Amino acid sequence: MMESLEAVKVISQHRGDALIVATMTPGTELPVVSTKPELDLSWHWAAMGKASSAALGIALARPDRKVFVLDSDGALLMNLGSLVTIANMAPPNFTHFLFDNRVYRCTGGQPLPRAGKLSFAALAREAGYPNVHEFSDKETLENNVDSVINQLGPTFVCLKVSPALEKPSFPYVPARDVIGRFRAALKRS
Amino acid sequence: MVTPETGLTAERVLDELKKCGVTHLVFLTDTKARFICEAMMKQEEIALVPFCREGEGVAIAAGLVIGGKKPVVLYQNTGLYEAGDSIRTVALELRLPLLMIISYLGWRRDAPMTDSAGIFLEPTLKAWGIKYYLVQSDQDVAKISAADKQARETNRPVAILIATEY
Repeated sequence: MMESLEAVKVISQHRGDALIVATMTPGTELPVVSTKPELDLSWHWAAMGKASSAALGIALARPDRKVFVLDSDGALLMNLGSLVTIANMAPPNFTHFLFDNRVYRCTGGQPLPRAGKLSFAALAREAGYPNVHEFSDKETLENNVDSVINQLGPTFVCLKVSPALEKPSFPYVPARDVIGRFRAALKRS
Repeated sequence: MVTPETGLTAERVLDELKKCGVTHLVFLTDTKARFICEAMMKQEEIALVPFCREGEGVAIAAGLVIGGKKPVVLYQNTGLYEAGDSIRTVALELRLPLLMIISYLGWRRDAPMTDSAGIFLEPTLKAWGIKYYLVQSDQDVAKISAADKQARETNRPVAILIATEY
């Protein structure tokens, strides 16, 4: 089992110029390690569960760019149909990282429904993602991440991470500032 | 295809959307707007993005706007109530120019509405400060361009309400 922050670091180090939409726990951690904040879209302020949907829209709008979403299990449970929508649209530039910690960390660590018994990888596979992976330690993730993100997507990567119980802090950044920076970076590139 | 009572023609709606430069129709079909969806499926100029739930659709459309495209999102008014958090946080707070086509379930031309899906629609839009236009027939389709212009000028979502009885 790896720490969420370790996984975020690995993804950030291997991203290249990928655009990243990040929510919930990984969304609080990405700003700590990211070296390309202008290409990061924080999704704390917006509807929970909808980061993957916004990322899909961005991936469809910009097929020339790789788009990653760093999603959480609790958030995905709020928008399970999005797996089907994404698989149906099949954007080749889309990688869906799911941080599976089995708890609602941001509210104090209460367990998710069917915590530990639900396979998100199986859900993604049945929804129609052509590439599905699951990693539970940092070394294996690190050794495979390049080949995973270079597959023709959509690709789903379930990351088994520790259910750290301390509540993460959500630094307040005005949504319009985040989106303004992100859109400006997109226009430039 | 024409709705029997009003003469609202899917092709006219489609032409108006093309005139506005719409790139994507993000949609969930429904009983009242299905004639538009079916016409859309027969053309290739506007890309189709079907979704499973309305809050999801609004977020997909927002992503397309952020990425530089011009989507329109289509769903039923019942879905507006489900999509509230996406509309609030994504379309309104981010000030995105988002055109929404909402079919007006429960609308009655000559009688009081009895279905709460219809009764709550306009008060809900007003409460959120979302401007809207009623489109009942082909004579109204120019309102789509007006709504699109308003969305772009105000950087806010604007709704087209498809008000047809069936």
